Amino acid sequence: MLEIDVTRRQGDFTLEIAFTAGSGVTALFGQSGSGKTSLINMVAGLSQPDRGRIAVDGKVLFDSGRGVNLPPESRRLGYVFQEHRLFPHLSVHDNLCFGMKRLPPAERRISVDHVVSVLGIGPLLDRRPTGLSGGEKQRVAIGRALLASPRILLMDEPLASLDGGRKNELLPFIAGLSRQFDIPIVYVSHSMEEVLRLADTLALIDAGRLAAIGSVEDLLSSPNYAALTGHGEAGSVIAATLTGEESAFGISTLAFPGGELKVSQIASPSGTLVRVRIHAQDVAIALAPPVGLSVRNQLSAVVRSVTPLDFYLVDVILDCGGCALWSRITAEAQSELSLRPGMSVTALIKSLTIARGDVADRPFGLVDTLPG
Amino acid sequence: MWFTLTPLEREALSLSLLVSGWAVVGSLPFGIFSAWVLARRDFPGKSLFDGLIHLPLVLPPVVVGYALLVLLGRKGVVGAWLYDWFGITLAFTWKGAAIASAVVAFPLMVRAIRLALEGVDRGLEQAARTLGCGPIRTFFSVTMPLAMPGVLAGVILAFARSLSEFGATITFVSNIPGETRTLPIALYALTQVPGSDEPALRLCIISVVVAFAALLASEILAHRMRVRMEG
Repeated sequence: MLEIDVTRRQGDFTLEIAFTAGSGVTALFGQSGSGKTSLINMVAGLSQPDRGRIAVDGKVLFDSGRGVNLPPESRRLGYVFQEHRLFPHLSVHDNLCFGMKRLPPAERRISVDHVVSVLGIGPLLDRRPTGLSGGEKQRVAIGRALLASPRILLMDEPLASLDGGRKNELLPFIAGLSRQFDIPIVYVSHSMEEVLRLADTLALIDAGRLAAIGSVEDLLSSPNYAALTGHGEAGSVIAATLTGEESAFGISTLAFPGGELKVSQIASPSGTLVRVRIHAQDVAIALAPPVGLSVRNQLSAVVRSVTPLDFYLVDVILDCGGCALWSRITAEAQSELSLRPGMSVTALIKSLTIARGDVADRPFGLVDTLPG
Repeated sequence: MWFTLTPLEREALSLSLLVSGWAVVGSLPFGIFSAWVLARRDFPGKSLFDGLIHLPLVLPPVVVGYALLVLLGRKGVVGAWLYDWFGITLAFTWKGAAIASAVVAFPLMVRAIRLALEGVDRGLEQAARTLGCGPIRTFFSVTMPLAMPGVLAGVILAFARSLSEFGATITFVSNIPGETRTLPIALYALTQVPGSDEPALRLCIISVVVAFAALLASEILAHRMRVRMEG
């Protein structure tokens, strides 16, 4: 577990952030220049806060009050940089073993063979980093950090310098790392797609401050943070499990605490954890379950809040088995329905409005980790 | 016989190689340290330190030689102390010649190594730190290997400068056959004797060949290092 509470001034910019990150993947999300990288550099010991405290699993790395400031080499944190930063004078194998060699054998938790097979870098071992592709370099960099058996793995936009194809090749590896090597990951990103596919917890960073921290689903389904997450149109994110498909109709079914969702067919196997994004404008509300309707998804829900957006639109947050479902209706519809918090309603979502791009696989996700 | 060296030539050549070799080997640790301080540290008086190191580059070598004589001569400030406590004499010995060469070549060595150190990506050093290497270990396992082509260039440059050193040497250690008569000094002595054109020319050619061989060796080594890093 990472506990952090730091302040640092850099010219006009003040960074003042406190939070705790547990197991799994914690994403630090924010615009460029919001202080994400400065923050993990402080955690790694590459820069120093003016004031504060940083601890990992109870071990204090920095404490201005007690005058503790461990150098980076004594912190035992893995760091995967945006640019791979492999040592050009060493082979891939020597790069991988660079941190491990400096560790007493008793403290090596992770074996070279395991890392090499998970990351698929066996054929590269004798080569020099210069000849590798961007994706290969970043995989070696991840392996190098893991082999130092760190307490936490810090990743600073490791996919930012890669093109789309390489990104998709690397995402599954990163998604599985935390569980496969039982290591918490702090992942800096400004890509919402990466957050959706990788993160368990989301920390929103804005201008040097922590705007919010919580589960990915909660924060992305809340109108309060829509400006910060900057994620296209308004909508909610729901964690679900792929339960089956009706291939004759090109439909897949997803189970989530609020019921069942039918979406256009997904190629992943049954049992895969996914996150579904549902645009607010695609969610209609009926006061009673309608009959004879083409809309495939009819979910019973309770109104949580009703917030007028302007003279034309109203945001309605529904509670659907504990999951927030965001609906955006016209003010005129609201004047007719008179929705109030606590009312039981039926949410209607057309299957075809949930496109393939709205469903993000979490490849190594297991059914038993489904929240709720 | 053009291709066999006369005893006098052999003596001057081996003395030159000995003096230059020791000048470079002895000053290399100091050179690397000074270059590192200049490339990586900020402190009050840094430009003064920089100027001091570069001074031999702009001073007349005779001034350097005379300063060494005053400092390190048998009756000099440091020289008297060295003789009384350790029985070491530098003036008028080949060791003194090595020191004179080292001082004159030092700025060239430091410049080349400093440039190489400045070219090393600090991000790689940070990466090494996060992987458990302390600052000293990082220096030897990452910084130095990456700066090696530049260090090599500095060594060769300093070696070549030492081979050609004349003014400071003759002022500090004079012209003693078999002790301080290096190639340039032997050549100078010959030019003072009428009718020595041929032996003087032979010494010239030997000097050119040695200097050229040193440059060639450095090119080949640097090329090999580049290939190793890219392969």
